[in-house]
Amino acid sequence: MSEVTTPVDVHAAQVKKFKLQDLLFHQVTLVFAFIVLAALAGILISLAIEAMPVLKAFGPGFLWTNVWNVPEDQYGALSAIYGTVVTSIIALIIAVPVSFGIALFLTETCPVWLRRPLGTAIELLAGVPSIIYGIWGLFVFAPLFAKHVQPHLQAALGDVPVIGGWFAGPPIGIGILTAGIVLSLMVIPFVASVMRDVFETVPPPLKESAYGVGCTTWEVVTNVVLPYTRVGVIGGIMLGLGRALGETMAVTFVIGNANRIVGSLFAPGTSIASTLANEFGEADPGLHISALFALGLVLFIITFIVLAISQWLIKRGVAKQGK
Amino acid sequence: MNLYSRRVLTNRVGIVLSMVAMSFGLIALMWILWTLFYNGFAALSWDFFTQDTPAPGSEGGGLRNAIVGSLMIIGVTTLVSTPIGILAGIYLAEFGTTSRFAAATRFVTDIMLSAPSIVVGLFVYALAVATLGGFSGWSGSLALSLIAIPVVVRTTENMLLLVPTALREAAFAVGAPRWQVSLKVTLRAVKAGVVTGILLAIARVTGETAPLLFTALNNQFFSTDMSQPMGNLPVVIFQFAMSPYDNWVSLAWGGALLIALFVLGINILARVMFRKKSSD
Repeated sequence: MSEVTTPVDVHAAQVKKFKLQDLLFHQVTLVFAFIVLAALAGILISLAIEAMPVLKAFGPGFLWTNVWNVPEDQYGALSAIYGTVVTSIIALIIAVPVSFGIALFLTETCPVWLRRPLGTAIELLAGVPSIIYGIWGLFVFAPLFAKHVQPHLQAALGDVPVIGGWFAGPPIGIGILTAGIVLSLMVIPFVASVMRDVFETVPPPLKESAYGVGCTTWEVVTNVVLPYTRVGVIGGIMLGLGRALGETMAVTFVIGNANRIVGSLFAPGTSIASTLANEFGEADPGLHISALFALGLVLFIITFIVLAISQWLIKRGVAKQGK
Repeated sequence: MNLYSRRVLTNRVGIVLSMVAMSFGLIALMWILWTLFYNGFAALSWDFFTQDTPAPGSEGGGLRNAIVGSLMIIGVTTLVSTPIGILAGIYLAEFGTTSRFAAATRFVTDIMLSAPSIVVGLFVYALAVATLGGFSGWSGSLALSLIAIPVVVRTTENMLLLVPTALREAAFAVGAPRWQVSLKVTLRAVKAGVVTGILLAIARVTGETAPLLFTALNNQFFSTDMSQPMGNLPVVIFQFAMSPYDNWVSLAWGGALLIALFVLGINILARVMFRKKSSD
C-alpha cells in the first residue's frame, strides 16, 4: 500500500468504483425486469400444475364436454367457454360500430375545442372499475331491459325462423344478452381510444388530397383512413375482445350463473370468469378446484393469444406512421 | 336521385350516426355516474365511516373495516410495485433498447396490462394462499402488485424514452456513472410522468375485485393484521350487492361510490399533473 496517492490513482480508483456500481445497477434493474417476465411464466406453470388432475381425469375432452356436476365430480368446460365466447361476440357486435363512430367523430367532425374534453370523457369511462358496471347492470339496466326492451324484442323477432329461438323464454333481465350489452359498454372506451389513436396517424396530406378532389368526409374515412389504418383498427378490436373475454365483475353480476347451454340469449348462462368468481371460494380441494384451475388456464391461453395478436397488429398499425 | 345527392346523403347519414355513437358513449357514462351518485350518496352517513360491516339481518352498519382494509392493501401494493416497476422500466429504457430479453419483457408487460385479473388471483392462490396457510391481506397485495407493476413499467419506460439523448450525453461527458445518469438525471427529468404512471396504477388496482376474491378474501370484523383475511371494499361490494338485505345493498352502493370517486379523482389528478409538466 503506497502512502502517497497521486491524482491518477484516485481517478483510477474512482473509475473502478463507478464501473462496479454500474455493473451492479445494470444487474439489479435486469433482475426486476426478469421478475415481470417470470410472473407470466409462473402464472402459466402454476395453473397448468393445478389443472393437471382434471386434465388427466377427463383428457382433452374437458374442453368440449357439456357437463358441470359438482356432487358427482364430473366437469367439462363447454358451457363456460360457450358463455364467454357468446357474451364477447355480442359485446363486439355492439362495441365495434359505436367505437368506430366515436373515433370518426373525434378525429373528423368534432369541433377542435371539444375534442379534448370528449376524448377525456371516453377515457374516464375506461377508468370506471368493472364492479361499478356490474352493480349498475344488475340494479338499473337489467330491470329496465326486462320491462321495456325484452318483450318488444320477443314480439318483433320471436317468430322469425332461426334467430327467433335466440329471444325465447321469460324476459327476466339477467342473462347472456344483458351480460353482452354491459360488456360492450366496458370495452367501447378501449376500442374507441385505439381507433382514435390510429386514425390520427394518417398523414394529413393524404386526407387533404382526398378532400381536394371533392370527397365527402364519409368517403375520406371509408376510402382513405380505414384502408390506411386497417391493421391498427383490427388490433384495437382484438384488444377489446381480449378485455371482454377475461372480464369478471361486469359479467358475474348479470349473467345469471347457470352452468348450462340454452339456445336463447335471454336465458341465464355462465362464463369462465364468472364461474371462477362464484365457485372458487367454496370449492373443495380435489377435482372441483382443479377443474376451476383448468378453466382459468383455458381463459388465460385464449386471452393471451388474442392479446398477443392485438399487440402485434397495433404496433404494426402505429409503426406505419412516417413510412 | 343523382350521384351527387346520393353521396351527400350517405355522408350526412354517416356523420349523424357517428354523432349518435358519441352521444351513446356519453349518455352511458352519465347514466352510470348518475345512478351511482344517486344511490351512493343516499348511503353515506357518519355510521358509514365509523361502523363495521353488519352481520346478516342486523340493521345499519358501515364499511369502516373494508375502507381501512382496502387502504392498507393498496398502500402495500403501491410500496411493492413502485420500486419494481420503476427499476424494470429503467432497464427497458436504458439498457434494453435492443436486447431480445427486453423485447420479450416489453411484450409480456403489454399482455399483462390487459390479462384477465381473475387469473392473477388464481395464480396467487396457488402460489401463496394454498402453500402458506390461508387467505391474507399480504396475498391480496401480492395479487394487486402483479396488476400494478406492468402499468408502472410501461409508463416509466415510455417517459424515459422521451428524454433527449443529448441530456444523457451531457451527463456522461462530465464523468457521471451510468447509475447516476439514470437516477439523478433522466429519472428526475421525467418525475411527473413516472408519478402519473404510479397514480394510474393505483387507480387501476383500486377497483379490482376478482384478484382479491381468493387472496384477501373478506373479514367481517375490523382488522389491521395483514397476515389474516382482510375486509376490502370491492369484495364487500360484490357480496353485499348480491345479498337480499336492503341495508347491505345500500352499503354496496355507498362503497361503489367511494371507489368511483377515488378512481376518478386519481385519474383527473394524474391528467392535471402530467399536463402541467408537459406544458412547462
